Amino acid sequence: MDLTYTPEQQAFRAGVREWLAVHVPEAPLEHFDASRAGFEAHRDWERTLKSGNWGMVTWPGEFGGRGLDLIQWLIFEEEYYRAGAPGRVNQNGIFLLGPTLIEFGSEAQKERFLPPMAAGEEIWAQAWSEPQAGSDLAGVRATAVLDGQDYVLNGHKIWSSRAVFADWAFGLFRTPGTERHKGLSLVFFPLDAPGVTVNAIKKINGHVGFAEIFLEDVRVPAFNRLGDEGQGWHICMATAGFERGLMLRSPARYQVAAAKLAELWSTHKETADPALEADVVRAYMNADAYALNIYQTALRLMAGAKIGPEASTNKIFWSELDIHLTRTALAILGPLAELTQQAPAADPVDWIDDHIFALAGPIYAGSNEIQRNIIAERMLGLPR
Amino acid sequence: MNFTLSDEQLMFAETARNLFADSCTPEHWRKMMEVGAAHDDARWAALAENGLTLVLLPEGAGGMGLAETDFAVIAQEAGYVALPEPLVESAGVAAPMLAALAPEHEALADPSATIAIAHPLNPFVANADTAAAILLHKDGEAYVATPEQVTLTAQPSIDPFRRLFTVDWNPSRATRLGVADWDLALDRAAVFNAAMGLGLAQRAVDLAVDYAKERQQFGKPIGSYQAVKHHLASAQVAIEFARPVVAAAAAQIGRRDGYSRARVSHAKIVGLEAAEKAAQASIQVHGAMGYSWEVDVHLFLKRTVALTQTWGTPRYHRERIAVRVFGQPMGPDQTFAHETSNRELQNA
Repeated sequence: MDLTYTPEQQAFRAGVREWLAVHVPEAPLEHFDASRAGFEAHRDWERTLKSGNWGMVTWPGEFGGRGLDLIQWLIFEEEYYRAGAPGRVNQNGIFLLGPTLIEFGSEAQKERFLPPMAAGEEIWAQAWSEPQAGSDLAGVRATAVLDGQDYVLNGHKIWSSRAVFADWAFGLFRTPGTERHKGLSLVFFPLDAPGVTVNAIKKINGHVGFAEIFLEDVRVPAFNRLGDEGQGWHICMATAGFERGLMLRSPARYQVAAAKLAELWSTHKETADPALEADVVRAYMNADAYALNIYQTALRLMAGAKIGPEASTNKIFWSELDIHLTRTALAILGPLAELTQQAPAADPVDWIDDHIFALAGPIYAGSNEIQRNIIAERMLGLPR
Repeated sequence: MNFTLSDEQLMFAETARNLFADSCTPEHWRKMMEVGAAHDDARWAALAENGLTLVLLPEGAGGMGLAETDFAVIAQEAGYVALPEPLVESAGVAAPMLAALAPEHEALADPSATIAIAHPLNPFVANADTAAAILLHKDGEAYVATPEQVTLTAQPSIDPFRRLFTVDWNPSRATRLGVADWDLALDRAAVFNAAMGLGLAQRAVDLAVDYAKERQQFGKPIGSYQAVKHHLASAQVAIEFARPVVAAAAAQIGRRDGYSRARVSHAKIVGLEAAEKAAQASIQVHGAMGYSWEVDVHLFLKRTVALTQTWGTPRYHRERIAVRVFGQPMGPDQTFAHETSNRELQNA
């Protein structure tokens, strides 16, 4: 076992650090879910990343990536969070649809969709959930019916992240006459196509981070179907594996947060409950354990292993560590905890907003209850 | 970077697993409990014959000269069977310390001899009565004595296989070995106890899974109910996120800096927390059976209690981590940091 970076990895880190130091905007951007302006500012940042070829670092070079291995990806993410660079408005494209397209798409589909995704020209939303199908994704009812060279889409999607301002969505649709896991297909549609109505849903922090989407006889070319008809469930499970596995949440995010929490503690420890020091130490331990686990997983995948049901343990771990971390911050802040960023006495870190976002962690990307069922049934072998 | 076990390490684990699976089942320790024995001579001899006591001894002292990572995989297997004999304290902690101070000592000549250690952090000495030699601490220096040269007072443990003693001794009746590395002994013990914790934890989960598949309630196996599943899934999450911490701590012990010490302490805390969580979940899943002497879970629980509070309490180890958190750089580029990392990065 050798837990040191190679000279090449060190040099790569130095290169990323140098580029980010020059390019990361000095003032934080408005959140991409807060307004159209915030969304477009983030689209511009995606273009800046693309200009340095840092947009989709793990994708193959031919589709606008750098072909980095997973350790380089982790180093990139570490430097990205360390530099305080803006959140990725195109996360759905980078980590979910992109890898799925690379694995399941035709050459023509890859050429059509990947380069504009990498360049920030087309920002993607996901349209999986429906009012009757959240954690029970196989209960999707929206339909896709082939009519000549086109699919005709009908149905009602909900909880679609980014859909309010995004350009495209990838959705799961049912081929009529089939039930449950069989007969689902993954189809892309432009969010401005005739027959598409997008209604914003405000999140509990007031941002329009969700939307519901109504589809009425929306026509898209059959070219927009990823994989074969009926293969949608299989493809979505692969995508969900990317999501729950290591790429949805890189450890760097929590390592930065744990460092900020330690600073917060140092500032307030004269007035805060001394027992909270143990929670600050715990936040560091959790972030460190998560990073070590992801490094180990990355090295295993690089040696040829596949992501399996153990990816569900990641999702539980990071979502719970995030809540613990932000709750500790609120406890340290005491009466300052409830202040918005507009308050003159507010801490520079928006802990209350981070905490509210953390509360969504156990829900999205497959609820933690579902993840625990997956662990129990597929890792431990308990009966269904 | 290579954060994976080598084929050789996996082979060690398999050798230990097979050996323990044959010789250390609940039936074996239940027979020992009936007669009040804490040591099985035949099992210990087999374990010594397979070289498990020689892993960490330097080649100059007749050992294999291997590293902590190699021994940690064996300790994990020892935890999985709740091994009664003091493999970890003797071969993982005390023998390497004695070898560093007195490589020619006669207790090292016999691979099946056990060595006990009275670390200043521990109030009690485990298995002192049967040891060929006891390492003793005074003012940072180490002394060695036989059980006959000291006065032992038994301090019975709730774990029937941990024989604890307080030791009264007089330096004039012991052999002075000089200044010893008590910190290294602590770090090794902490990491190997954490590794045993991973084994204890996995066994507690596995026992509960087997039971939950068989036991029927309301016409279905209880393992099909979500509430039962979630107890065990949560315990498994704790195991999965303790495992890489233990591996990294074992690999980094040799660095001997604030970063590696914090990780050793981290491993000690989370390895045994996983065991505690798993034992509690296992008892719950077993229902009233889980609270009975007849079901095996209690031994894993008792060993967990013992290992959690020895070789540094959780509070002791948390304070070592706090030194790292509040005194050294934190952040995403610090995962594998050690005390010269920034200079190396600048030179890259």
